[in-house]
Amino acid sequence: MKTIQYIIGAASVAVALSAAQSCKPKSADTAISGDAAAKTYVAPGKYDEFYNFVSGGFSGQLSVYGIPSGRLLRVIPVFSMDPEKGWGFSEETKPMLNTSHGNVPWDDLHHVQLSKTNGENDGRWVFVNGNNTPRLARIDLKTFRTAEILELPNSGGNHSSPFITENTEYVVAGTRFSVPMDEVDGDVPINTYKKNFRGTLSFVSVNQQDGNMDIAFQIETPGVNFDLSRSGKGPSHGWFFFSCYNTEQANTLLEVNASKNDKDFIMAVNWKKAEEYLKAGKGRKVKVKYAHNKYSEESHTSTSEIKNEVVVLSSKELKDLCYFIPCPKSPHGIDIDPTGEYMVSSGKLAALIPVFSFSKMIKAIESKSFEGDYNGIPVIKYEAALYGEVQKPGLGPLHTEFDGRGNAITTMFVSSEIVKWNIKDLKVIDRQPTFYSPGHLMIPGGDSKKPDGKYVISYNKITKDRFLPTGPELAQSAQLFDISGDKMQLILDFPTIGEPHYAQAIRAEKVKDQSLKTFKLEANKHPYASRGEGETKIVRDKNKVHVYMTAIRSHLTPDNIEGVKMGDEVYFHVTNLEQDWDVPHGFAVKGASNGELLVMPGETQTLKWVPDRVGIFPIYCTDFCSALHQEMSGYVRVSPASSKVALVGNTGTNLPAE
Amino acid sequence: MKKTLMLIVAGVILYACGQKTGQTGDNAETPQKPAVTEYDPQRGEGKFTNVEISERLDAQMAASGKQIFDLKCSSCHKLTDEKLVGPGWQGVSTKHKPEWIMNFITNPDAMIDKDPQLQAQLELCLVRMPNQNLSDDDARHILEFMRQNDGVQ
Repeated sequence: MKTIQYIIGAASVAVALSAAQSCKPKSADTAISGDAAAKTYVAPGKYDEFYNFVSGGFSGQLSVYGIPSGRLLRVIPVFSMDPEKGWGFSEETKPMLNTSHGNVPWDDLHHVQLSKTNGENDGRWVFVNGNNTPRLARIDLKTFRTAEILELPNSGGNHSSPFITENTEYVVAGTRFSVPMDEVDGDVPINTYKKNFRGTLSFVSVNQQDGNMDIAFQIETPGVNFDLSRSGKGPSHGWFFFSCYNTEQANTLLEVNASKNDKDFIMAVNWKKAEEYLKAGKGRKVKVKYAHNKYSEESHTSTSEIKNEVVVLSSKELKDLCYFIPCPKSPHGIDIDPTGEYMVSSGKLAALIPVFSFSKMIKAIESKSFEGDYNGIPVIKYEAALYGEVQKPGLGPLHTEFDGRGNAITTMFVSSEIVKWNIKDLKVIDRQPTFYSPGHLMIPGGDSKKPDGKYVISYNKITKDRFLPTGPELAQSAQLFDISGDKMQLILDFPTIGEPHYAQAIRAEKVKDQSLKTFKLEANKHPYASRGEGETKIVRDKNKVHVYMTAIRSHLTPDNIEGVKMGDEVYFHVTNLEQDWDVPHGFAVKGASNGELLVMPGETQTLKWVPDRVGIFPIYCTDFCSALHQEMSGYVRVSPASSKVALVGNTGTNLPAE
Repeated sequence: MKKTLMLIVAGVILYACGQKTGQTGDNAETPQKPAVTEYDPQRGEGKFTNVEISERLDAQMAASGKQIFDLKCSSCHKLTDEKLVGPGWQGVSTKHKPEWIMNFITNPDAMIDKDPQLQAQLELCLVRMPNQNLSDDDARHILEFMRQNDGVQ
């Protein structure tokens, strides 16, 4: 054992030396030291220290890992249908995926924000964004379920989202792809981008009691690409900062044509000022169409409402609302340090990291230190807002988080490393290789006023040669580093669901004790609930057959159903009568062009089934619930449309005829 | 659900399922500790030590007990002596002490693991009685309904 430790130790020194010599690691070896396993080991039956909410990228889902073990605890369905949980398959969840385009059963989930109070994670909700068909979602941390999805009008690609203000006053959404406003005829030549395309920044208010979202206002901007954003905090509370690229306003071959300008911009938005303009009636009502979907845990159903109006403020006409700060070059991330004074921007094509000063920016605005304007918006002089530059940090800086000890850690996409540097003196302190091409990184609370600087996780885009090969398609990965000491130490690799963009983590204590175990049967307000087996029945309404069904270990009631006819639409409303934690029942029917249901204790869920042929169709519980789970089944008889078979359902009374 | 448990042979299921209640981890909530270490098969195990019942029926309590029965119990228990999933309720209030009944229906997992009669019952039924999250009042009302079912006026 000691020999192995020695060998590993020696190998790590060798790798560390070679990594220091070249930015791009040449091999898959890592600087793992002997105590790494102990640092990530969470014994069976023990809980992890942190919940880590990790974006599922193009899977459209949100995954939850325990840290430091890297154990996958849950995949929460958000924008994509999920057959495991019946999400998007049950009648109750279908409205959640509705949009102005109709049902959009997938999205590209990029970023994650935990709700905050006084600039600290408070464990109430998680917000996530859909990058494809612009949407915001809110997940309730009592149930770990998606509670609300809000579509965003006047937008194409919601990327700089869902970043929030320090008391969760607003969640923002900025267009990655500028498009013509929804109110005008969008049938324009694509090469009239400069004239016809606009960006919007949406400020979505959050009701502090129930978390419900509402588009408070949008700010119309020149057509550019908004990439990421962060709110101010402390002294900079009241401001929001958005990074933007394609200030060239290119509409084709952006790789080249949007990379021409030496500097693009950080847009600083004074949202307190916006509130004043809004109050003063300076907003313009714009006709739009967007969906607002809410799930109720009381009625176990969701609603989708189409809304038709938003208020838009003009960044060009309303003074003191927006300012541009020049930033080299195609900036990606913009991150605000825990004090709220320093704004770290990552020009992904630049060989330096500019750090701006909020107080200098305010002085520059007061003294009008502008170098001109861009589409009517003042551009602050670069030097007037600059605190300083981190020189030669690495190649391709993307994102920065803070350790709460005065340091920042930045991912370098091109040179595949994370780099720790001091915010005050802008000197690089440490660099460690990652495998490979890190995008976002995450320190628990690393965007808050009080980071928990024990770990950093690098979320990597490429994993070739890190895990057993699985054909051409590989999982992407997370790499956990211990950052409690002077040197950052890699202690764990683990694969992720989809492509992990941003992630956030919160101390387990802030979430675990509020976690709901069952839904109370007495409080079930579902219109088709069966509160007890005595309430089960079958009701025909023309060609719709409603089966009020219950499930309990280990039978369905009714489990013999006859009298269903061709042309009928059958709705199985299954109420789980269990009141014990971790006893869901599933429900499936042969041949259904639909998924299954997974019904939590005390909950009611509905599966729609349109029989396609005459015959006998088995139904059964899909979740191994008890020793008699295999017996938890039944039959539905489907007769021709002209049949006179009576509609009946029962359990235990339909005894053998012979 | 911990599906792998179900693959274990039947004899072990009884034991393994007993561990399924989530009480094994150091982080799990501490189960109600019995006041005495020895299991009392008369009283069972749980928070009830001495339940006062009167000779006459409390009709209001019994009516409330019937409602809870309809919602949470009737899927598995008949009011006759006929076994459905679990045993029929006829005679239950004379066969067991009130404390035992109320402890069992509010604390089934711990008692199924220890009570000789319940272990024998489990071998017949093969389904552990679920914890239906009854309040103390719920349990008392069900007891009164059981008494009514057994003829107490």
